Amino acid sequence: MSEKLVFDAPEIMIDRPTHYCPGCHHGVAHRLVGEVLTEMGLVDDTLCVGSIGCSVFIYNYLDVDAVEAPHGRAPAVATGLKRAHKDKFVFTYQGDGDLASIGLAEIVHAANRGEKISVVFVNNTVYGMTGGQMAPTTLVGQKSTTCPDGRCADEHGQAIRMSEIIGGLGGTAYCERVSLDSVKNIRRAKKALRKAFEMQINGTGFGFVEMLSACPTNWKMDPVSANTRITEEMIPYFPLGVFKDVTKDGEE
Amino acid sequence: MSKTKRIFIKGNEAISRGALAAGCTCYFGYPITPQNDIPEFLSTKMATVNGEFVQAESEVAAANMLLGAAAGGVRAMTTSSSPGVSLMQEAISYMAGSELPGVIVNVNRGGPGLGDIGSSQGDYFQSTRGGGHGDYRTLVLAPGTCQEAYDMMIEAFDLAFKYRNPVLVLADAIVGQMKEPVTPWEPKAADNHGAEDWCIDGAQGREKRLLKSLFLEDGALAGQNRNLQSKYEAMQAEARADVFECDDADLVVVAFGSIGRIVKSTVRRLRSEGKKVGLVRPLTLYPFPSEVLRDLAKQGKRFLTIEQNCGQMVDDVRLSVRGIADSEFHGHMPGDLPGSDDFIAPIIKHLED
Amino acid sequence: MARVEFREERCKGCMLCSTVCPKKIICQSSRFNQQGYKVAEVKAEDMENCTGCTSCALICPDLVIKVYREEKKEK
Repeated sequence: MSEKLVFDAPEIMIDRPTHYCPGCHHGVAHRLVGEVLTEMGLVDDTLCVGSIGCSVFIYNYLDVDAVEAPHGRAPAVATGLKRAHKDKFVFTYQGDGDLASIGLAEIVHAANRGEKISVVFVNNTVYGMTGGQMAPTTLVGQKSTTCPDGRCADEHGQAIRMSEIIGGLGGTAYCERVSLDSVKNIRRAKKALRKAFEMQINGTGFGFVEMLSACPTNWKMDPVSANTRITEEMIPYFPLGVFKDVTKDGEE
Repeated sequence: MSKTKRIFIKGNEAISRGALAAGCTCYFGYPITPQNDIPEFLSTKMATVNGEFVQAESEVAAANMLLGAAAGGVRAMTTSSSPGVSLMQEAISYMAGSELPGVIVNVNRGGPGLGDIGSSQGDYFQSTRGGGHGDYRTLVLAPGTCQEAYDMMIEAFDLAFKYRNPVLVLADAIVGQMKEPVTPWEPKAADNHGAEDWCIDGAQGREKRLLKSLFLEDGALAGQNRNLQSKYEAMQAEARADVFECDDADLVVVAFGSIGRIVKSTVRRLRSEGKKVGLVRPLTLYPFPSEVLRDLAKQGKRFLTIEQNCGQMVDDVRLSVRGIADSEFHGHMPGDLPGSDDFIAPIIKHLED
Repeated sequence: MARVEFREERCKGCMLCSTVCPKKIICQSSRFNQQGYKVAEVKAEDMENCTGCTSCALICPDLVIKVYREEKKEK
C-alpha cells in the first residue's frame, strides 16, 4: 500500500510551538495566511506588518520579511512600505483592539485611499494580550476585566462592526467577514483571504478579511465551549458574508 | 557636486528642494501652519522624481508611513510643525528602537498647546531629548538660513542612513517663511550605507528579516540599549557649530537657528563699536557641540545663551562648560518676533557685568 | 485506508479536533506532553475508521495533525 500526505503544515510556517493559548484561533489564521501565500507563490515577495496584541509575534511563525508597527498603526506602516515597494505583497495582521479602537483612523483611511494592501483582521471581542479588557468589539452583556458586570450599551456603546464600515468605503476592493469556528467556515476563510490577496496582486485595491475567532482564556471558557460561542453568539451579531467585492457585477 | 544658478525661494521650498536633491522618494505629511508650503510643493514635485506623495489622515499616520517606507530601505521624510510633531513621537521612538532611518522636519511654532503660528524655539527639549518614550536620541540639525535649510536636508538623509536613525531638522517659522537666495546643488549619488543588507524587500534568495523594537528575552533589551548608546556615542563626531568672532571675545553668545542668525547681526554691529563679543551658533543640536564651548571656557570666556523660548538649550551650554564656567540666559518669548536690536541690551548688560 | 499522525509535542489539548471528526475517533489521552497538556489521540484500534477527511487538521490551531490517505489506483 502506498499512501500520500494530504495535510501538513505549509513550509512557510516556522516549525515551533506557538505561544498562543489552547483553542486560540490565531494559529488557524496564521496557517491560512501561510497556505494562501504559498499557493499564490508570494512567500519571497511578502512583507508582513505585525501589530500589537497577542499576534505581535506573528514573525516568529511565518517565514517572511516583517516589520513591527506601533499599536493600531499597521495600515499606515503598510502604506509607507507598499509605496516604497510597489511590486511586493504587503499585508497587515491585526486584532480587534488594535484595528477597531486605537487604529480606527489608520484602517479607515488606508481603506478609503484604496491602498494596495491586504488586511487580516482577527476579531475575538476582547483585548487578549493585556489580560481580557473590554474591546470595541465586546458584545453587549459580555463580561471582561473592565466591564466585570458585562458590557452595558448605555455606558459603553455597542460592539463595533468593522466589515460593515470597511465595506462601505470607496477604496475597498474586497471585504468579507468569515469565521474560524467550523471546518466549512475555515475553508471559506481561506477563499476569502485568497480573494483579498488577489485584489492586491492585480492592483485592484484594498482587501479586508475579518475572522471571527475565539479567545478561550479571556472568555474564561474551555476551548470547545468558546468555539461554540462564536457560532451561537458572535455570528448572529457579526453576520458572515461579503460586504464588498468590486469584481462582482452590479457592484461598485 | 554640481552647483546651479541662484534662486529666490522660501525656506520651506528650500527644505522641499533639498529633500528632492537628497534623493527622497517618499513624502508623507499632514497640513499644519507654518509648514504647508512643503506638502503643497511636493504634492506635484514628487511625481517628477517617480516618488510618492501621501497626504496622511494625521501626523500619527504620516510618521508611521515614514516608518514603513524606512523599513523598506528608501529615502523618506515627513514634515510638520510643533503640535504635529508631538503626535509623531510614538513612531519616532519606534524608529529609533528599530533602527530605521528617516527625516522629520519640524518648522517650530509657538507653544505650549495650540500656541500660535509664529516662530519659536520651544521644541528644543523635545527635539534633543528624544521626544518620545524610552532612551533614544535623534540627530538634530538646526538651519538658520534658507541655504542651510537646503544643505541640511541633504546632510540629514546621509546621516539618517549612516547611523540608521531618525534625523530631525529643527527649523522654525522664520526660516520656513522667509525668502532668500539659495544656490541649489546636486549631491553625489545617494549613499544608503548598505540599506540593502537590512531593509525588508522580500526574502528572495536570503533569510527572512525582521525589523522590530520589542525585545522580551532575558537581557535582550539591555543589549539593544547598549547598542543604541554606543551608536549615540559615535554620533558625537558629527557635532558642528558656526564659530564667529570668538578669538578675542570676552563674552560668547550661544544661539541657534534663526535666532542665531539674528544674533549674528547684533554681534557684527557691536563689533563695529569695538565690543569684544563673539557667537557660537550650534548647527547640530544633537550631538551638541560641547567641545567647542568647553575649549572657549578653558580660555576664560564668559557665556550668554539667547533663545526664543524660556530657557532650554542653556542647559546644554551649562553642561558643556560645567566645572569651568557658567552661562547666563536671555529668553525672547515665543509669540514675539525679535529683531537684532532686541539683543543689544542683554548682550551689553552681560558684557559689562 | 487513511490515518492521522499527531505531533504530540505541539498539542495543547484543546480538543477542537474531536468536535469535527465525523467518525468521533479522536479522544484525549491521559498522557501529558512537555508543555504539560493532555494530548489528543486516535486509539490504534479506531484508526481504521479514519476517512482522511482532514477536518481535524483544518481546525487544529497548532499544526499538530498530519493526514495520510491511500493513493488511488490508476484506472
